Amino acid sequence: MNKALVMASLSACALNAAAAETPLHLRDGYARAAGLAPAELSVAAGEALFRRGGDGERQCVSCHTEDPRRKGKTRAGKLIAPLAPSANAARFTDAAKAEKWFARNCADVLGRACSAREKANLIAWLMTIN
Amino acid sequence: MKDVTKGVLVVGVVLAASAVLLPWPDARADSDRRASHLAAPTHAVFEAECGACHLAYPPGLLPAVSWTRIMAGLEQHFGENAALAPAVAADIRAYLMAHAADAQGMAWRWGEAADRAAQGAPLRITGTAWFKHEHDEIAETVWRRPAIGSPANCGACHRDAVTRGFDEHRIRIPE
Ligand code: HEC
Ligand code: HEC
Ligand code: HEC
Repeated sequence: MNKALVMASLSACALNAAAAETPLHLRDGYARAAGLAPAELSVAAGEALFRRGGDGERQCVSCHTEDPRRKGKTRAGKLIAPLAPSANAARFTDAAKAEKWFARNCADVLGRACSAREKANLIAWLMTIN
Repeated sequence: MKDVTKGVLVVGVVLAASAVLLPWPDARADSDRRASHLAAPTHAVFEAECGACHLAYPPGLLPAVSWTRIMAGLEQHFGENAALAPAVAADIRAYLMAHAADAQGMAWRWGEAADRAAQGAPLRITGTAWFKHEHDEIAETVWRRPAIGSPANCGACHRDAVTRGFDEHRIRIPE
C-alpha cells in the first residue's frame, strides 16, 4: 500500500480527532489504507505477527518481551515502554512515530516493510489487551 | 566567632595539606573542563531521536568526523535501522557538528596528534583510546553482566548519565 495514502488517511484522522491521535484512529487509518473495514481486521493475525515475527535474536519479542504490558529492553540496555495502550497511554498517539518504528522494526526483523493490513491487525490486537 | 575562626583554620590546614599531597589545581581544572564540555546544550530532537534506543550520548565524546560517518549510515546503524527523515537528520547533524569534541576544543580527549590520526573517525565512543583508558579497570566479564550488557549502556553504571553527569562519585557498577 502506498505510503502517501497511509499518511494522508492517518492525518485526516488526526484532523478529526482535533487533539492527539488515538490508537483507534491509527488502527482505522491503516485499515482504510488496506481497503478493509475495522470489522475485517484480525486480532489473531496481529498477535501472530508479534509473537512469531522474525527468528533467532531478531524477533519482535526480543526487544518488546512476550508480554506487551511489560517494559522491554533494547540491545543497548535502554528500557522500552510497554506496547499495549492499556499499559502505556502514550502508545499510538502519534502517527508519524508509529510509521517510523514500523518502518525500522519490520525492516530489521522481517527484512521487509509491513503492510497496512499487518499494522492495523497489530494495533487491533494490542488494543484488546488490558 | 571563635568557632568560625576555628573552622577557617581547619579548612586552611586541609587545603595546605592537599596542595602538597595532590596535583590539585590540574586535576580540578581537567575535571571541571570535562564536566562543562559534556554538559553542552541539549537539543530536544536529538534527545528524542538519538535517545530512543540508548543514551543520547554527549556530542562532545566524538569528533565531528565521527558524527558525520554515523549520520551518513543510519540505515545500517550497528546492525539496526535508525533511519530518519532528511530534515530531522539535518537538524541533528547541525547540532552534533556545533558540539562535537573538536568543535569544543576537546582535542585533549584524543591524545597527541599522532594518536588522533591513528584513530581516524571512530564510530564508537566505547572504541576510542580515551574510553578504554578511563575504563581500564573494568574486566571483560563485568561488561557482559546482564544488568550492563554493553559498554555502550553508560547509564547502567553512571547514575546521572541521562543528565550528562559522569562524576566518578556517582558510579555504581551493578552485580
Ligand atoms: C531491536 C529492538 C526492537 C525490535 C526487534 C522491535 N522493536 Fe518495536 N520498538 C523498539 C523501540 C526502541 C521502539 C521505540 C521506543 C518507544 O516508543 O518506547 C519501538 C517502537 C515500536 C512501535 C511504535 C509504537 C508507537 O508508539 O507508535 C511499534 C508499533 C513496534 N515497535 C512494533 C514492533 C514490531 C511489530 C516488531 C517486530 C516486527 C518490533 N517492534 C521489533 C525496539 C524494537
Ligand atoms: C533503532 C535504535 C537506534 C536508534 C534510533 C539510534 N541508535 Fe545508536 N545505536 C544503536 C545500537 C543497537 C547500538 C549498538 C549498541 C551496543 O553495541 O551496545 C548503537 C550505538 C551507537 C553509538 C556507539 C556507542 C558506543 O559503543 O560507543 C553511537 C555513537 C550512536 N549509536 C549514535 C546514535 C545517534 C547519533 C543516533 C541518532 C541519529 C542514534 N544512535 C540512534 C541503536 C540505535
Ligand atoms: C560497567 C560500568 C560502566 C559503564 C557501562 C560505563 N562506565 Fe564510564 N566509568 C566507569 C568507571 C568505574 C569509571 C572510573 C571512575 C574512576 O576513575 O574512579 C568511569 C569513568 C568514566 C568517565 C570519567 C569520569 C571522571 O570523573 O573522570 C567518563 C566521562 C565516563 N566514564 C563516561 C562513560 C560513557 C560515556 C559511557 C557509555 C558510552 C560509560 N562511561 C560507560 C564505569 C562505567
